[in-house]
Parts: sequence; structure tokens; C-alpha cells
Amino acid sequence: MKDNIVNISRRNFVKGFALSGFVLAVGLPGLSAAADEPQYGRNAMPHGWVDNPLVFVSIAPDGTVTIVAHRSEMGQGVRTSLPMVVADEMEADWSRVKVEQAWGDEERFGNQDTDGSRSVRHFFMPMRNVGAAMRMMLETAAAALWAVPAAEVKAQNHEVIHQPSGRRVGYGELAESAAELPVPDRDNFTYKPASEFRYIGKTGNKNIDGEAIATGTTEYGMDVRLDNMVYAVVAHPPAYGETLKSYDDTETLKVPGVIKTLTLPSSPPPAMFNPLGGVVVVAENTWAAIQGRQKLKIEWNTGPNSDYESEAFREQMKQAANQQGGKVLRSQGDAYKALDNAAATLSADYYIPHLAQAPMEPPVATAHFKGDSCDVWAPTQAPQASRDTVAKWLELKPEQVMIHVTLLGGGFGRKSKPDFLVEAALTSRALDGRPVKLVWTREDDIQHSYYHTVSFEHLEAAFDEHGKSLAWLHRTVAPSIVSTFDASTIHQQAFEFGMGVVNVPFAVPNIQLENPAAEAHTRIGWFRSVSNIPHAFAVQSFIAEMAHQQQRDHKTVLLELIGPDREIDPRTLQDEWNYGESPELYPLNTGRLRRVIEQVTDKANWGKQLPAGQGQGLAAHYSFVTYVAAVVEVAVNADGEVSIPQIDIAVDCGPQVNPERIRSQIEGACIMGVSLAMLGEISFKDGIAVQNNFDGYQVTRMDGAPAKINVHLMPSDDYDQPLGGVGEPGMPPIAPALCNAIFAATQKRIRNLPVRYQLEEA
Amino acid sequence: MKITINEQVHQIDVPDEMPILWALRDVLGMTGTKFGCGKSLCGACTVMMDGQPIRSCVTPVKQAENKNLTTIEAVSRQPAGRAIQAAWLDNNVPQCGYCQSGQIVSATALLNSNSRPTDDDINNAMSGNICRCGTYTRIRDAIKQAAKNLEAGHEG
Repeated sequence: MKDNIVNISRRNFVKGFALSGFVLAVGLPGLSAAADEPQYGRNAMPHGWVDNPLVFVSIAPDGTVTIVAHRSEMGQGVRTSLPMVVADEMEADWSRVKVEQAWGDEERFGNQDTDGSRSVRHFFMPMRNVGAAMRMMLETAAAALWAVPAAEVKAQNHEVIHQPSGRRVGYGELAESAAELPVPDRDNFTYKPASEFRYIGKTGNKNIDGEAIATGTTEYGMDVRLDNMVYAVVAHPPAYGETLKSYDDTETLKVPGVIKTLTLPSSPPPAMFNPLGGVVVVAENTWAAIQGRQKLKIEWNTGPNSDYESEAFREQMKQAANQQGGKVLRSQGDAYKALDNAAATLSADYYIPHLAQAPMEPPVATAHFKGDSCDVWAPTQAPQASRDTVAKWLELKPEQVMIHVTLLGGGFGRKSKPDFLVEAALTSRALDGRPVKLVWTREDDIQHSYYHTVSFEHLEAAFDEHGKSLAWLHRTVAPSIVSTFDASTIHQQAFEFGMGVVNVPFAVPNIQLENPAAEAHTRIGWFRSVSNIPHAFAVQSFIAEMAHQQQRDHKTVLLELIGPDREIDPRTLQDEWNYGESPELYPLNTGRLRRVIEQVTDKANWGKQLPAGQGQGLAAHYSFVTYVAAVVEVAVNADGEVSIPQIDIAVDCGPQVNPERIRSQIEGACIMGVSLAMLGEISFKDGIAVQNNFDGYQVTRMDGAPAKINVHLMPSDDYDQPLGGVGEPGMPPIAPALCNAIFAATQKRIRNLPVRYQLEEA
Repeated sequence: MKITINEQVHQIDVPDEMPILWALRDVLGMTGTKFGCGKSLCGACTVMMDGQPIRSCVTPVKQAENKNLTTIEAVSRQPAGRAIQAAWLDNNVPQCGYCQSGQIVSATALLNSNSRPTDDDINNAMSGNICRCGTYTRIRDAIKQAAKNLEAGHEG
């Protein structure tokens, strides 16, 4: 069934499969597309978009402009970037703007699912509309005040000026009368020309929350405090699918501060966003709850995943990846025949383990159940899914649940899944409505994530006698995210293949892409840049291996594979997803891919002479409709320790709304990419994640970070061009570029992530 | 027991072994200091005890008796703290910001003890503080900028 759904989105899972049983039609203001006309981009997202200025902007008599941020802030800067668009278009002075976070209500605000690198890409235009409408209403109000023609007045930096007379009136004075006016028709909007932008595309913008963060005065989900609130932690079943058999809380109840224990129900598969079940310890403070949990004596029933073991599963995947067959994703020419008859061939296997998002703020939610309603404060990437899921579990209507979206102490996909909000809501209900803050410890976070999948990628290439590529074969094996929503799923889905398996623009005559089956044995979920991680790692490592085998320059081979500049309709690559974007508006543009490769190799001085033990590695990857290429430089010492003097990374994300936050996102993606490549691994034994804190699950620290990251943004000042994503596309090229650099430095090829101690063994 | 936080004496009635972190956050409502790992592995909970950076998530509150604690809420009372905060804003260091209280306290303690930290000094002082968003290169730049500003006699 799901194969037929184009534009599959993270929210569609909830709306489509869990709660409604069908994909909701999206009601859009002012749009009258035929019912069978495919919808793309923001039009295809659940609840679409809203651009009513009265929903997003209010103006106080003192002139303070309050702009609503309806997407969740998790470090990507969306609370700055989107309100800034409104402010710019309405000629508001940013220093007099306040930003208020929207609660979870997509009918009011439009889609709020903060994932898929979509926020600015989808809401740049709606937010310009909001600003344009508000500016026009202020101008109309001023013209009425002075009884002059509207054409004689102009809004400018927080006031409206009557141009012939030079009279001025501030936004605060106009607020009341402007709000009474009808919202102008979208057809009549006028937009500021880009040359008059004050904030959009400018480099000096400061993060709206920066000062509060630097002084420790922000409120994250972890910081919410309510009167009469208690604290709770949950003892979850150790392996996914296990359930509570019995427990003894005698010693727990002796811990000073512990109030009581209670149980949460487990749910049968699929996992959805349902709580895992287990025993809740309620206490007067978090520490007492944690102490009490340690004293619980619990017996669990084993489940279907209790023998999940990473080493054995890897062997299983390896076998599948090395056998012809599985779901055929794309077949062009006859790759098998070409491989049989080639002058030379190459074959390699790549393995990428499970990963945990591990945002610095672990999952946490504070709930206050009030009988016929419930308030939940939480750092959620999915406010509406949170509302719907909590409502379902409390048997309330969604409108009886209020989701207060706090700042997120990181998300990376983990906080798209509201299981922890449900736990808090059920606990508050079980406590007869006492407010409760339910905290996940780091151990809970790392052992009960919705993990990044585990992948085995098999690649083969065939060459003619001149070293030119004749065939490309890629078999990708990995449990699908969709298994979390439909337990029978054993194949990856269109949106996973569309992350760098099918949508490779290679000018090779014979191409075969296959997907053997793989079952999931834990909860699989989104992790920043998702399936692009394994696919880019394998594909971009393999191209470097091809170049090495043919004794050719990697960049030359990469550009040759990409072929001449052209725009490829993704549907011709059997990519039915295209990140949910229109294939006409967002074709795969190989010229843009070539240019980021040329830019980054130029800036990094590709091919420069380096001392022994040092090397450069290249990788390029198209994801979230953005083009990225990276050159990583490494130094490997005699003990096999890797340091990274610098990373150069070129990004073409189309028009840039907030270049400073784009740079910070790309820098962060480089470091998270280094982290997963060097250190990242979750492995399972007896169904349980072996790692449980930052000692076992290591992440990159200051001493392992690149010394320098040079972000090269491709210039683009035409704001009518479609925007690309920013939060995720920096990640995928980093691991392969790093491992290609390690090869250049050491002649040791890393095909299994993480790198960790592999260079010491040599 | 009595503990002194940011030059203010607090009387709290908690078990001796309760970590300072939870006394601050849950008992006193001072939520600027963050919970990240509970095992002294990530540094989000860093505060100063008599000027030394410590991990409050594993330090029993009893150990803070007769000592002076400084948290993120009061680092601006120190010249190095002000310089660090100013450099943080100037470099737009934070992304999600959750780890930054700990980063700023660690960086302030570093500059208090070493006015001209080298890259190695910064690695040694700051590698206990994890940032998942990946702000390390900007943290490094900001620490150097703050050091330079302090040396030049201003705080940013």
C-alpha cells in the first residue's frame, strides 16, 4: 500500500496510517487544485500552510511586534530565520520584534513537523506573504488616518511615511486600526525587491535566543516547573517487545523522596509513537526517582527481539547483500552482463551500524492532566503528532490536548517521536491530575531510541579497457523506518531509496539497483539526514575505490560519472519521492552538483602535496534538494590516531535566507558527520543496546573536532528560485570524505563504520 | 544544610549525597545548570566550586558545604565570564544552546586560570563538555577572542 503513496512524509505516517487510516486531504487557502493533481512541497504536507497575518503577527500599542514561530527550535535557528522573513517583508525593525512559540495546532498554523530540512524551504513564501499583508494593512491604516491615497504612503522601518508631506506614524499607533482591516487578497500582494531586504540574506543577523542561552535563562523542556509538580522516571523493558512480568518496589519506596510507583502499558507492534511500557517511579525530585528506580526488582517477559544480536544480524545482511535479487529498484541496460564481460571489475561491501541521536537534552515532558483536558510542555519536533498521540492515549479529542512547545535541547529526529509525552500524560492521569515532569536519563535515551537503521551496502562496478565505467550495481540492505509504523515491512521505501540509491545521476550505461529484505528488531527512526548516511558513505567511498583501482584522480572519475550538465527528472531515475518536491521545480541538476565539487576542490587546493600520514578525501552528495561537496583533510599519526586539520565544504542550497545559521548548521553537520564516522555505534546483544551513556556511545568532543571548517556557500541572489534544505544535507558527504582521506593518508580502506580503533590494528 | 550559591546562602533540607545538580534544579529552581548524562561524561552540568569547574551531576551537595558555588546565572559577575559571554554572542556560538551553560562555565574557569590558552589548553579544558550540535570550532574561536579582549583590558 505504502509504495503507492507519493510524497510520503513523516507526518503522513501518523495521519495516514495510525490515526485516520487514510492520508488526509490538505485544505489550502486559495488553492483549487484538482483532486487527482499531485501535490508537492508545502502543499503536500499535512495541514499545508497558513499565511494569515492575524495568526502570525500582533503589534502592541508601544510598537512591539510579536511574531509567531510555528516550527520547533532545536538549534537550526528557525525562531530567528522565519520571523525575520516576516519582519523584513513587513518593514519591522528587528530590534523591536519579539518571537513567540506556537503551541501544537496545525489547523491554525499550518504544518509544524520540524524535520526533513523543510522549515525555511517550505515557509519562506508563506512568511513573506504574512509580512507583505501586514505591511499593506499598516499602509492602508495610515492612509485612512491621514485621508490620503494609499499610493502616497510607504512603510519603512517600523513606521509609515506619507511621502508628499513627510508625515510619519509608528506601527504601534496603527496597530488597532490595521487589525480591523480585511486581510488583502493574495493576488494583490506586493513584495519587497531583494535589493531592499534588511535581514533576508544578510550576514549580521543574531540568533534571537542567543543572549538568553549565554546567561542560562532559556526554558527547555527539561526546565519546565509547575506548582505542586512531582518528578518521574520510567524503568523501560530492556529490549523492544519485552513486557513487564512482575515487580517489587519495597526497597524503592524506602528511598527518601519517592512517592509511589505505577505501571505503564506496553503496546504490541508496530511501535508507532506508543510508550514502551514499564514501571514509573514518582518522587519529589528527579534524583530520588532515579535512586528509586535503581532499587526496583523487575522481571520482564522476553519478546520477539530478545535475541537481537548485531554481529549475527550483520552476517545475515551481508549474505543478503551478496546475492542477486530482492526488490529491483532500477534496472537500466544489463549490468550483470556488463560485469561478466568487463575488462575489469570492482566490488566492495560497506557496513554502517545503528546510531542514537542523543540530543544533549534527553527526552522529557511535563504533563498536567485535568480530567477533560491535558496540557503537556515538551521539546517536540512534532507538535501536532504529539497532540494527536497524547489525545489518543488519554481518550480525549486533540482539541482537548494543549502542547506547549519549549525550546529543544537538540532533536536530530529523536524528538519527532512523542512517546515520552504520552508517558508523562498517562502518569499525570494516574496521579489524579498532579503535574509531573517525566525525565529520561541518558541511559534511557541511548537504550530506547528510535535508532538510525543499520545498513549493509554492496557495490560493484565494471570498466572497459580505458577505465571508463560500464556498469554500476548497488544492493542496499537495511531495516526500514516504515517498520516502526507497519511491522510487516521488510523493504526500504521510496523515501529511503530516494536518499541516494536510486537518485544517483551517474552517466553509466548499465545500472542495477536492488533491495533485499531486512527485518527490524528494534524501533527504527529518523536520524539527521536519515538513509543518506549509509548510502552516501557507500557510494562515495566506492567511487574513490574505483578511481584508485583505475589509477585515476578521484575528482576526475567523480565528475565523469556525473557526466554532462543536465537537469534530470527524478522520475526517470525511478525516484518517486524527490523529497516531496515537484520534479519540475526540483529536477536533479548535475551542473549544480559539478559546481560544488569544483568549488570545494578549488578552495581546498585538491591534490596539494601533503607530508606522509596526511591526506585529502572528497565526497559529494545531493540530499534534501541541496547540493553538497566536501574535502576532508586528515593526519594519522603512528598510533593510528586521526586528527582533522580542516574540512572544506561547498553548499548550493539555492537562495539563502539566513546565511549565518546556514553556516552554523553546515559546521555542525560536519562535526556530527565526523562523530558518526569516527565513533558512532549502537550494537545489540540479547536485544539490548550495549551502549548506555557517553562512555560507551562516544561522540566527538573538542579534541576530536576538525580544527577548521570552511563553509563555501554558492552565491544565489534570485529569491524566486526554489530553496533547498539546510539542516541535514551537510552530513552525508562527511563520513565518506573522511574515510577517503584516511585512505589517502594510510592506504587503509575503511568499509565498516565507525573508524574507531581500526587504524591502530594495522 | 547551608550552601552558598552565587554569593547567596541557601538553607536546604536534602540528603547529603544528593548531587548538587538536582539540588540546584529541582529543589532551588535554578535551571540554568543542565542535566545531560548524570555520570560526569558530558559537562552540561558544570558549575564552579571555589573557582574550580566541577561536574555537579556527580558531586554530592554535602561537598559544597562551606564552599562557594558559581553557576551560569552568575558567571557574568566575573570579568572572564563577561568576556566569554560577549565572545559567545559575537561568534553566534550556540545552536540549540542546551550544553552552553556548561561550556561557558568551563571556558570561564579556563580563562581564570590561564589567560592565554593554546589549542591544546582549550582541548584539555573543554573536551569534557559535549556539544551534539557541533559548535566546537566557534567555541574555540570565542575563547581565543575573549582571551584577547581581556588581555587588551576590555571584556568584549
